[in-house]
Amino acid sequence: MTTLTTTAPPIQPSRLKLFGGYLRRNKSLAYGLGILLFLILFTAIGFFQIKPKAAYPLAVKPKQPPGILDFSTPNWPGKYPMGSDFFGRDMHAVMVTGMWQTALIGVLAGAAGTMIGVVLGFTSAYFGGVFDTVIKGICQILTPIPVFMIQIIIASSLDKRDVTIFTMAWIVVMLAWMGPTLVIRSQVLSMKERQFVSVAKLSGVGNGGIIFGEILPNLLPFIAAAFVSQVFGSVFASFYLAIVGLGPLREPLLGNIIWGAQSQGAFFNGWWWWPIWPATAMVLILSALALINMGLDELANPRVRRTE
Amino acid sequence: MKLRLILRRVAFLIMVVWAASTITFFIPRMSDRNPIRERFAELARTGGFSASDLEVIVASYSKKFGLDKPLLEQYTDYIGSIAQFDLGVSLNKFPKTVTSIIYDSLPWTISLLFVSAILSFVIGNLLGAVAAWPRSPGWLRAVATPFIMFTGVPPVLLAIFLLFFLAFKLKLFPLGQAYSTGIAPDWTFSFMLNVMWHQVLPAISMILGSVGGWVLSMRGMGITIQGEDYVNFAEHKGLDGRTIFRNYYLRNALLPQVTGFALALGSLITSGSVVESLYALPGLGSKLGEAIRANDFLVIYGIVLFITMSVATLMVLVEFLYPLLDPRIKQD
Repeated sequence: MTTLTTTAPPIQPSRLKLFGGYLRRNKSLAYGLGILLFLILFTAIGFFQIKPKAAYPLAVKPKQPPGILDFSTPNWPGKYPMGSDFFGRDMHAVMVTGMWQTALIGVLAGAAGTMIGVVLGFTSAYFGGVFDTVIKGICQILTPIPVFMIQIIIASSLDKRDVTIFTMAWIVVMLAWMGPTLVIRSQVLSMKERQFVSVAKLSGVGNGGIIFGEILPNLLPFIAAAFVSQVFGSVFASFYLAIVGLGPLREPLLGNIIWGAQSQGAFFNGWWWWPIWPATAMVLILSALALINMGLDELANPRVRRTE
Repeated sequence: MKLRLILRRVAFLIMVVWAASTITFFIPRMSDRNPIRERFAELARTGGFSASDLEVIVASYSKKFGLDKPLLEQYTDYIGSIAQFDLGVSLNKFPKTVTSIIYDSLPWTISLLFVSAILSFVIGNLLGAVAAWPRSPGWLRAVATPFIMFTGVPPVLLAIFLLFFLAFKLKLFPLGQAYSTGIAPDWTFSFMLNVMWHQVLPAISMILGSVGGWVLSMRGMGITIQGEDYVNFAEHKGLDGRTIFRNYYLRNALLPQVTGFALALGSLITSGSVVESLYALPGLGSKLGEAIRANDFLVIYGIVLFITMSVATLMVLVEFLYPLLDPRIKQD
């Protein structure tokens, strides 16, 4: 004879607490998100502090040193907390606008590239056949070609006056879908052989049901990781294009600022703050994304998940 | 059997080069920009010849470059000339051919790339192997950590900070250029020293930027190798740690890294070209930057195509090399 005793359900810690606990284990995710939060705060708060026009040439007194580093400035941090450049742009305004634009390019190109990658990778792995061969072949042939060089060709055949933030995002997307395509393809290939897919097939679930109900939910961590590395790649690529002078020259994109500073010999002339702010911002953005990417990898691959 | 594989690899290489040259041919022609007209319009503004002259000049140059022929014929001509390493002439420095510009700047690029690629490979793999080896001293393992932190940072950003701290603040190194102004390039020892002194910062920024990647991949590789039976066997046989490290562990862990080397060269060329133009070294990257600034299209396309072809060739060459290093891999 058995007696059924109802035990009180174990107390579940709140989701926030669980997330906090996970962040404590997954240090790189925590640091990455922390830096990202700082950058978002800087940009968000900055939008209330700056005049948007001050980010464009001939807006303020040129070549002013940054006030924030010099405590003797009258009413610190003074009129130009981050200084101003040779063209008369307020560096604080430039940084806020430039970070926002860099983020916009990264997210737009990252999202578009990931989407193309998911669709192409999925269809080629799931349905196979000629389509798969063609996609795989294109990816293989394009892999040894340095993408940056082809991006230079595309960007330099456009009229420099027509280049905008959105054109930059498109140039980057055009050659950036191969990475996610190959990742998603290999994941789908291994996933469609798993038992739960066979069970679903045997119980009469159609293609749509298997794709959206069985495989896609399991792919989500990989898609998230692909998205972050795609954003990283897009920020990286647009920065490189801008730093060789192929960016939207009027916009205060971070790479453009460095390009301008370097063309005017900023270090030779002693205007060190001009290239240093955008370079610092770029280091922070890229390391935040790299750290988040490493953290997500750990989340997506339980094998490398930390046990301690 | 082996011959078939080589042929397949060569065919792949030709495919890659063909794809690259087709892309560099068609993309510029899809845009409505006319490089020759733009170039001469610019000259007309500064040099002052009339608009009707401009049309005549543009027409005659278009004929000279074969731009008046049908697209398909232009394409076959273009592929044919690439096969003969004829990349056209510079619009900016007119009689100079693109090939001669590449040859002039190549030594600078190759020396910077060679030094930074080899040094970062050696340093990174040694540090990574040491970091994964359980019996290595703690301080040696700690050395690897700061390098890993630089993994996500592109060398050009490191270059800006190095310029700021070491050249601008401390004045230990020059602020760019290939050699000091005022000395003529020759083969004397002092000139060589001067050139090397100017190359230190570019090389350090490239090395710092790529060592971390090697450390990470080598550490991963090393941990896998440690679990292998032959390493355990060597340990139980009583071989001394140094021999096991060198002959059983390091050599095997290094093998996959060699394939990575070719891949790394591709990204190193990209970042190197940007670093070069930041430091105003007269290499391929600076020439590319100059050409972009001056709208010198044939030089842009020529350099891009050259870099693409070299990277693809190197990658295929390394794949040939691999079975020589690892006899377990019979090419099939």
